[in-house]
Amino acid sequence: MDMNAILDTYVIPTAIILAQILAIVVPLLVAVAYLTYFERKVIGAMQMRKGPNVVGPFGLLQPLADGVKLFAKETILPAGANKLMFAMAPMLTFILAMIAWAVIPFDEGMVLADINVGVLYLFAISSLGVYGVIMAGWASNSKYAFLGALRSAAQMVSYEVSIGFVMITVLLCVGSLNLSAIVEAQKTVWFAIPLLPMFVIFFVSALAETNRAPFDLPEGESELVAGYFVEYSSMTFALFFLGEYANMILMSGITAILFLGGWLPIFDIAPFNWIPGPIWLALKICFVLFFFLWVRATFPRYRYDQLMRLGWKVFLPFSLLWVVITAGVLVAFGWVPDPVLG
Amino acid sequence: MIQALIFYVFAAITIASGVMVVSSRNPVHSVLFLILAFFNAAGLFVLLGAEFIAMILVVVYVGAVAVLFLFVVMMLDINFVELRQGFMKYLPIGMLIGLVIFVELFFVVTSWVIAPDLITTAPAPDASQVSNTHALGALLYTRYVYLFQAAGLILLIAMIGAIVLTLRSRPGVKRQRISAQLARTTEETVEVVEVPRGGGA
Repeated sequence: MDMNAILDTYVIPTAIILAQILAIVVPLLVAVAYLTYFERKVIGAMQMRKGPNVVGPFGLLQPLADGVKLFAKETILPAGANKLMFAMAPMLTFILAMIAWAVIPFDEGMVLADINVGVLYLFAISSLGVYGVIMAGWASNSKYAFLGALRSAAQMVSYEVSIGFVMITVLLCVGSLNLSAIVEAQKTVWFAIPLLPMFVIFFVSALAETNRAPFDLPEGESELVAGYFVEYSSMTFALFFLGEYANMILMSGITAILFLGGWLPIFDIAPFNWIPGPIWLALKICFVLFFFLWVRATFPRYRYDQLMRLGWKVFLPFSLLWVVITAGVLVAFGWVPDPVLG
Repeated sequence: MIQALIFYVFAAITIASGVMVVSSRNPVHSVLFLILAFFNAAGLFVLLGAEFIAMILVVVYVGAVAVLFLFVVMMLDINFVELRQGFMKYLPIGMLIGLVIFVELFFVVTSWVIAPDLITTAPAPDASQVSNTHALGALLYTRYVYLFQAAGLILLIAMIGAIVLTLRSRPGVKRQRISAQLARTTEETVEVVEVPRGGGA
């Protein structure tokens, strides 16, 4: 092959894909940084405080200042730690939070990897998230970190089950595992309306899956100092932090796609459909994220046995029942969707 | 060419991590290498075009089974030096078993052919017309529905068996009764008492 052929077949497609990846990851990281700002402002407003307001206008440069601070700190490797795994765990958490975005559709046809099994891919990636936590807890060689990791692992595995059933319910109504097809299927009505109980269960499970309040027992500071990342400092800590917030945005994005119509406008009429799809998706993600923060500012932390009871004895039977009911209704009324190709 | 290259990378990592599973000293490392092997096997499935099986492999084996493995290995306090002491004693038996399994696998692999009538009765669906998931579902819930149900039944029995084996009813255990707790009313739990001044202590 001559140089031109190599350029056309390998170099240029690789460059395009790299550019696309950057076009997703860079805004995502900015969003993660400003989610911390958003969180502090929202919780501040709910507690009648101002929140960050010193660094830059309205405190807008606060996330950057925090980032620089973390970057300048010393990375500490505990003497008893398993060094390799200790360093790998935060990277794993961060990478998993990033790669899930490959299948998220931002608009019609605007998706990095339009794969047939998009929902399963997201489910698989989110079920891998537990390894970052377990590895961090085990490699730290510290009681608090280990206890936090065990709690977190049990919690994430438990709530994944009900998330799986919620996804199955949505899939039954769509007839495809492709995320774009799921959004397209909501053109008449968003799934949040006919599947409202599943929407609620999914949101609560997403809170538990991302270890957010009121299910933030893995890092319960009153008992475990900070849980699984107690031994981490500097950038290794920052990677956990970024990963956790990126996961929050991801779960909000999945909620928006599965239940709130993804990039579709609220009503398909004049002023609403002028706004481009990605902005609609971003607005919906922000809306769900606001609920994440609202819940954190409102509810006290669950007790661990209550958490497990809610997952296994309330959500699991209920979502299982709802899968059966949805399937029954679809069959009884002849609403079973035709298989969508692609 | 790129595909072949990726195949060899995945395959090499799968085999190497498989070797590391049995040879690494630290059991937690073993489980992590097992996860790596699963992951690369999923990559091989994706290369084959079996995307559904690849994802299910990751969800089930990496996301659930290996997590439980890791749990058990981390929690149990196993003395691995002691475990390794009888190595030479068990080596002949182990090698014998390995040989038997290898011979069996050899016979299976060499004598295996696709049933000739299967190609005509149930041809493989065209991948460009039907997606993986639909093709599997259409086969699994129609042609093999009884086997599918039987597999589910076996799993159910295994689950019940595990629960029965581990369920111990010990006397004197205080359990929460959520319904009783929720059914409590203010009247039966709180009493307002008029206390005269200085008579509270």
